[in-house]
Amino acid sequence: MEEFINSGILELYIFGVTTEEENKEVQEMAAKHKEVQAEILSIEKAIVNLSYSVSPHLSPDVYHRIRKELIDKHSEEPGAIQMQPRKGIASYIGWAAAVVLMFAVGVQYMMYNDKAGEAQATARERDKYEQMVAAIEKENNLNKEKLGIIREKDNAVIALAGQEVDPNAYAKMYVNAAKKEVYVDIAGLPEAPEGKVYQVWALTLDPLTPTSIGILDKAKVAENNGIIKVDNFEGVQAFGITLEPAGGSKAPTMEQLYTLGKV
Amino acid sequence: MPLIFFIILDVPNQLNNRMTQEELLEQIYKKDSKAFTSLYDMYSKSLYGVIFNLLKNKEEAEDVLQEVFVKIWKNIDSYNESKGRFFTWILNIARNTSIDRLRSKDHNKNLKNLSVDNFVHILDHNATVVNKIDAIGIREFIKKLKPTCVRIIELLFFKGYTQQEASDELAMPLGTVKTQNRNCINDLRTILEV
Repeated sequence: MEEFINSGILELYIFGVTTEEENKEVQEMAAKHKEVQAEILSIEKAIVNLSYSVSPHLSPDVYHRIRKELIDKHSEEPGAIQMQPRKGIASYIGWAAAVVLMFAVGVQYMMYNDKAGEAQATARERDKYEQMVAAIEKENNLNKEKLGIIREKDNAVIALAGQEVDPNAYAKMYVNAAKKEVYVDIAGLPEAPEGKVYQVWALTLDPLTPTSIGILDKAKVAENNGIIKVDNFEGVQAFGITLEPAGGSKAPTMEQLYTLGKV
Repeated sequence: MPLIFFIILDVPNQLNNRMTQEELLEQIYKKDSKAFTSLYDMYSKSLYGVIFNLLKNKEEAEDVLQEVFVKIWKNIDSYNESKGRFFTWILNIARNTSIDRLRSKDHNKNLKNLSVDNFVHILDHNATVVNKIDAIGIREFIKKLKPTCVRIIELLFFKGYTQQEASDELAMPLGTVKTQNRNCINDLRTILEV
């Protein structure tokens, strides 16, 4: 019997490529031996699965088309099989499951969106703080730099006193003769009105000759924290600051002289 | 996630092995209203696999599948178990109908896409998600069959060659074809665990 099974005849029997004689032989053996019958079933299962798995996708339309064909044309005699559409509980379970699934997916999606929104807000917050830190750092560096300028060992400091226009105004000049650098500190001047700028003049006396050494436009003032480098002028005897129209003037407008100081 | 879900829902009856041939036949003989659906669920994909492997054309294979079901339905009374397994009976109808179609003039006109030459190639050429069997990974296993096995199974099972024809085609002694085929199906059964 073992030999019979191992001969390979059962496979060919399932494949349908055996002769009638061989078929008879197999069927007799199967009737006599449970092992042969079991072997036949296993082989069949394997081969049904094999052919199933090489099948391309089979559209459900085909099922409906064939069913229609069978009912309409081949089941006319009385007592013929009446086909019912597939309406088992299983199909409802399938749909119910689909609905539940869609709902769950929807909820998940909403939760995801919420979390994504929170994460975004947090990220924005973080960016803001990072920017603040960066700004503070920058400001700090600027202050250090300016403080360094003011503390220079070789500085001569010239205080410019407020004049008629604004007696409370004041400014300071830092002149570093060694480095030939001149800075002006205008922290004591009111903010220049729109369309106006402060202009710094180096003056030589007898005769009084003003020379512009810097136009302090607003951007420059803001950028430098009010301590701005101006041109060096050899032989300067006094400094004055006037308020001038934006872009500066060739000669100082004396009515708008805010501060003045002698070297 | 949803896709996998539906794939699981769609695991075919034959793989769950819910019904035996005897139970199916009982439904059919009793003219049970669910008989056609059961028959279709159990065997349509397998038959379509065989038909498609011969015709290599989906539309034509669908057409032949319909013809095969009509033939099964019309001739069901002529089947009895002394003729062999029910699956073997419908398999023969499927192969013969396909081969008739291949020989018809109609087919030659529509002949296309014959580049794939065996069932393993069909696996490669139809590697789409909709081929739901992929969910349980059988495809990948089938591809592990030895090349000789692919050729033998292709000829004997899919094409319905006789032992003699297969022996000529493969230049292999008659007895060897039979035992080799047995070994190959054993490999397949090991893979499929049946």
